[in-house]
Amino acid sequence: MGRYIARRLLIAIPTIIVISFVVYAILALAPTDPLSQFGADPRVPPEVRARIREALGLNDPWPIRYVKWVSALARGDFGTSFMSHSSVMDLIGQRLPNTLAVVGVAYVIGVILAVPIGMISAVRRYSFFDHFATTFAFVGFSVPTFFTGLLLIIVFSINLRWFPFIYDSTLQIHDVNSFIDQVKQSIMPITVLALFDTATIARYTRAEMLEHLPLDYVRTARSKGLREQVVVLRHVLRNSLIPVVTLVALGVPAVFGGAIVTEQIFRVPGIGELLVRSIGDGDTPVVAAILLIFAVLVVLFNLIADVLYAVLDPRIKYT
Amino acid sequence: MAAPATEMTKSNVLVGTITRPPRSLWKDAWWQFRRHRLAMIALGTLLLLVAFTLIGPLLYHTPIDTIDFTQALKGPSAAHPFGTDDLGRDILARAMFGGRVSIAVGITAVLLAITLGTSIGALAGFFGRLDNPLMRFTDLFLSLPILPLLLVIIYLFRDSLRAAFGPELGIFLMIVGVIGVLTWMPVARLVRASFLSLKQKEFVEAARSIGARDRRIIVKHILPNVLSPVLVAATIGVGGAILTESTLSFLGLGFPPDVPTWGRILFDARNYLDIAPHWAIFPGLCIFLTVLSINFIGDGLTDALNPRKTS
Repeated sequence: MGRYIARRLLIAIPTIIVISFVVYAILALAPTDPLSQFGADPRVPPEVRARIREALGLNDPWPIRYVKWVSALARGDFGTSFMSHSSVMDLIGQRLPNTLAVVGVAYVIGVILAVPIGMISAVRRYSFFDHFATTFAFVGFSVPTFFTGLLLIIVFSINLRWFPFIYDSTLQIHDVNSFIDQVKQSIMPITVLALFDTATIARYTRAEMLEHLPLDYVRTARSKGLREQVVVLRHVLRNSLIPVVTLVALGVPAVFGGAIVTEQIFRVPGIGELLVRSIGDGDTPVVAAILLIFAVLVVLFNLIADVLYAVLDPRIKYT
Repeated sequence: MAAPATEMTKSNVLVGTITRPPRSLWKDAWWQFRRHRLAMIALGTLLLLVAFTLIGPLLYHTPIDTIDFTQALKGPSAAHPFGTDDLGRDILARAMFGGRVSIAVGITAVLLAITLGTSIGALAGFFGRLDNPLMRFTDLFLSLPILPLLLVIIYLFRDSLRAAFGPELGIFLMIVGVIGVLTWMPVARLVRASFLSLKQKEFVEAARSIGARDRRIIVKHILPNVLSPVLVAATIGVGGAILTESTLSFLGLGFPPDVPTWGRILFDARNYLDIAPHWAIFPGLCIFLTVLSINFIGDGLTDALNPRKTS
């Protein structure tokens, strides 16, 4: 097992290095000048602009800048934002809690709801519940999150006036009232994301359960005289969940990607919002850092999914 | 002709069923597909939506860019069935035109992704030497953070493409290209897996023994057997590509404001939700219905093209 994980890690590291190179190359080779923001300002004289370029180290050829960037990264230094002149680490650190509070909670809710829905759907196949849940799942992953978000705002913020439609990140939770405010402002973004996550995972759980239900070991369990509940929960569900767990792990990076849209709709000042804003500002250090974080998330959760699969399914030989 | 047929059915029902006219794979699939009620409803809805975008503008002559501030932000009425936006432009006309762009982006991007994915998957699955490098390459692409990367590439390169190909074609090529290049990987994996198992089959050996070259074996013998899963992936991919295009436009990084795509209309509408909710609802419904229909059709196709399920 240890050797398997070590081997997978050894594949993951060069992958991340190659991706960091690709990301940096795209940013460096882009025809858009990172200083175009300053460039648009006629009050900045050319010699000052040249000095800014010099100070930001933009005059080196980009492969040299890449090597400098990576060696700084290795020391844990993500560089400094062009726009706010604060460290990229601090910027991301400020925003990460907001993203996690929305995205993380939504994903957990999604998983908790999806597994029972998928299970009941499979066990009572073609029942009313199954038809309802299957249709719901189809709707859930066909409706774009930005449309669900806008609909929720129209219904619950504008017409019913139940929830605020702008997320206030300065809110401090110190008593019951501020906690209720936090819940109120989180409900809509969380619902939007959780709807999508629940739909995807429930559909997958149902399909896995249906693969397992007609198998021989299920018949054996029934013929031993086990109660149906035990057969379903202890035998079928446990086996069906192995690929579901993998899917849940693989889905984490995509969930962060989806947060970009949701944060934009509800103006949650999270990582996705920072990315969109930094792209617009041409703030290369921030964009590069966030892209790299997303890439590391993808590689890391691929690794976690593979390891989990090997741990949960003893039939898989990890060599 | 009719007499012997009735006689046969009368005497032996079993013979009657066996001698039913032979059906091709596609006829068989269509027969199976028709039994999937939701997929048929979805197919109808999708055809209506396509007709709405293609034939609609021929029947409904209101231009998409007539600015009339006296009619700004009006709800649905007889003159403007979907209402108007902040410049008084007709939303129904813009939704029809926007649908053309959105659907064209979806189909073209998927064609690109399918071509790339099938070629890479076929090469990796057929030639053992290429398998490892090509699959490492696929894994690398699968590790890219797709949505953030799309945003960055489009933001950085759109000005130069706009200069090279004009504002509309430039952005179209860019969005289609980037979506295609970042979404071919699942198809490549699927095609590779099928090629790996099919190339061991007797019919491939038979073709080889009568002197067929690699190219002929790949194109004529193995590829047709891979078509049905690729078709399903392509169908669902069109829905995904339409969603991606709408997402990009919704983030303000898609087509320029004068080219209304469904996502772009929603992007423009989002600051007026309180006074003009109709502006967001109609184009949003268009995206939702299109993607939902495509997903249901994909589901029906999966059932119809899966030989194990045919009874």
